[in-house]
Amino acid sequence: MLRIRLAEQRITEVYPTDKIQSPIHLSVGQEAIAAGVCAALLKTDHVHGTYRGHAFYLAKGGDMNRMFAELYGKDAGCARGKGGSMHLVDPEAGLMSCSAIVASTIPVATGDAFASSRQGRKRVVVSVFGDGAIDEGVFFESVNFAVLKKLPILYVLENNGYAIHSKIPERRKQVELWRAAEGLGLPGEKFDGNDVGAVYSVMAKAVAWVRKGGGPRLLEFTAYRWHEHVGPGIDFHEGYRRPNEQALAQKNDPLRLAKADLAKRCKVGPEHFEQWEAEARDEVDEAVEFAERSPFPTAERLHQDVFAERS
Amino acid sequence: MSTKRLKYGEAIRAALFHAMEADPAVFVMGLGVDDHRAIFGSVKGLVERFGPERVFDTPISEAAMTGVAVGAALNGMKPIHVHIRSDFLYLAMDQLFNIAAKWRYMFGGSMKVPLVVRAVIGRSWGQGAQHSQSLQSFFMHVPGFKVVMPTTPADAQGLLLAAVNEPNPVFILEHRLLYDIVGDVPDPPTEAPLGKAYVRRSGKDLTIVANSYMVVEALKAAEFLESQGIDAEIVDPVSLVPLDRETIVSSVRKTGRLIVVDTSWTACGVSAEIAAIAAERAFDRLKVPVRRLGMQPTTCPVSKPLENAFYPSARTIAMEAFSMLGRAFPDINVPVLSSTFKGPF
Ligand SMILES: Cc1ncc(C[n+]2csc(CCOP(=O)(O)OP(=O)(O)O)c2C)c(N)n1
Ligand SMILES: [Mg+2]
Repeated sequence: MLRIRLAEQRITEVYPTDKIQSPIHLSVGQEAIAAGVCAALLKTDHVHGTYRGHAFYLAKGGDMNRMFAELYGKDAGCARGKGGSMHLVDPEAGLMSCSAIVASTIPVATGDAFASSRQGRKRVVVSVFGDGAIDEGVFFESVNFAVLKKLPILYVLENNGYAIHSKIPERRKQVELWRAAEGLGLPGEKFDGNDVGAVYSVMAKAVAWVRKGGGPRLLEFTAYRWHEHVGPGIDFHEGYRRPNEQALAQKNDPLRLAKADLAKRCKVGPEHFEQWEAEARDEVDEAVEFAERSPFPTAERLHQDVFAERS
Repeated sequence: MSTKRLKYGEAIRAALFHAMEADPAVFVMGLGVDDHRAIFGSVKGLVERFGPERVFDTPISEAAMTGVAVGAALNGMKPIHVHIRSDFLYLAMDQLFNIAAKWRYMFGGSMKVPLVVRAVIGRSWGQGAQHSQSLQSFFMHVPGFKVVMPTTPADAQGLLLAAVNEPNPVFILEHRLLYDIVGDVPDPPTEAPLGKAYVRRSGKDLTIVANSYMVVEALKAAEFLESQGIDAEIVDPVSLVPLDRETIVSSVRKTGRLIVVDTSWTACGVSAEIAAIAAERAFDRLKVPVRRLGMQPTTCPVSKPLENAFYPSARTIAMEAFSMLGRAFPDINVPVLSSTFKGPF
């Protein structure tokens, strides 16, 4: 969580220099979901995410240097500078895709789970998407198939209350999102996504269930998006948010809650927090430096990788 | 006729106000049409003026909402469905092409579909693979859609009004980099004819057919070419279906040289179609083979140097003209990309 927070804070600092020429969708305030979800997974498990992908990329074990290089459009980036912030990827770490079309990785994740099941792997696949994504037909079509074939997939819904500027009740009457596909046979539950411990323990149980062949489930986690939908700014004052939202977001800061919890229950002292923070800062510093000194892709890269070669 | 100086986005907005005042059947729907960013300002104040019954956000359900718009249109309502990126229309392909485009014909002309789809092309600032596409050729390929790509504020205003008054589905493809362009528009807003091309600059040495934002780049290239003694004519089709073949053909017949510059890929695209028209109707006058410029035959990359190389620009257009005339390219004071657009979106 700390790594995600500090990395994204650094992105907001770098952004005004125009070195990152790519739309950015930040997860500040939502870190506990990615951290808790990924902590319950094995490296060989797969995650498919969205354009709001920095948090899951880092939490799933993606390399910080390659993420910053990607944001800078450099050849050393995780997608060789071709994807940018919205298309992070690290197959080695099990972060299989991030896509800028809402809901578009839900069917792909479902197919990934289909392969895991047909190939007899014990892999669990996690499909991550926002509250807006369940408006799309492919969500229901995918879930139906997953339930039908009892696939090893968890649908993780990050509910930050908004799709860009539109609130959930403006898009649907039935606002208990965890129940969205109940009629298709997808069991769902809702949890506080600000509490990383809770996210982790819920996930650990769900992962165990799915791994032993119990079939798909939907987990809804609530959180606050601190930044504007896209970009480095803070937009609590633009008028579309709820009046007390900023205060609620701060009160539910997942990082602060986790620190308080660790201090209380595990007697973690301030010196530990300072040390972790220093380590994370070093990692981010190094990543920024790595991105800055890495070269841009050479011209011939433009035409590479349209197709794979026969091997 | 009196005129007003407006930006492209403001001209669209004025047309929307005009159309909605004039006809209570007109309504606007789409993601973000009622929010404070107001689709680059083009729908600003609309919901305040006409209310949420006529200006509303939708669920993120492009396929279904397109069908909903068709169903409303069949009953005499006039939907304007807005998409902040044309890439999102891929989700609605079935409703657009199996339904909207075919409805009238396959039911023997018994119904009509006065549907307007407005969609925006993204370019630059790392829009990348899925936020930068230009879908005009898909819509040209399938009979049943009218297709326009307004370049100037006057086009944007006049053609939106024409689209609203059309008894058929019309696809309006706007370019993000055009929103801040300023120009004279008729006041009050007046319809512009579909199917009319414009000669943006007359010249005698070669014809450049360019559309949408590529006209801006082509004009800049032409300025440079003029400084080098080359006189380029620029024809902007604006309306792709119906297409004003006459204006294009007569320009090509006059100059004997043709470069086509499109905002999309060349394969099976606008540039292919226009090159074919030149082959069919001006072959005897062509002095050299037709040249085509468009997005490189690859996926749009985010990385800045690759993104720059991916798109045609004033520079690549000028280089093409030199090469076509068999002249060496003088690499001095060559124009760079006209736009200075900055993100995050
Ligand atoms: C198919 C499609 N339609 C519209 C968009 C524009 N868009 C980008 S993000 C977004 C909101 C999605 O909200 P949500 O699923 O809640 O995710 P969040 O951004 O809140 O994480 C929309 C509508 C898109 N990218 N793809
Ligand atoms: Mg959301």
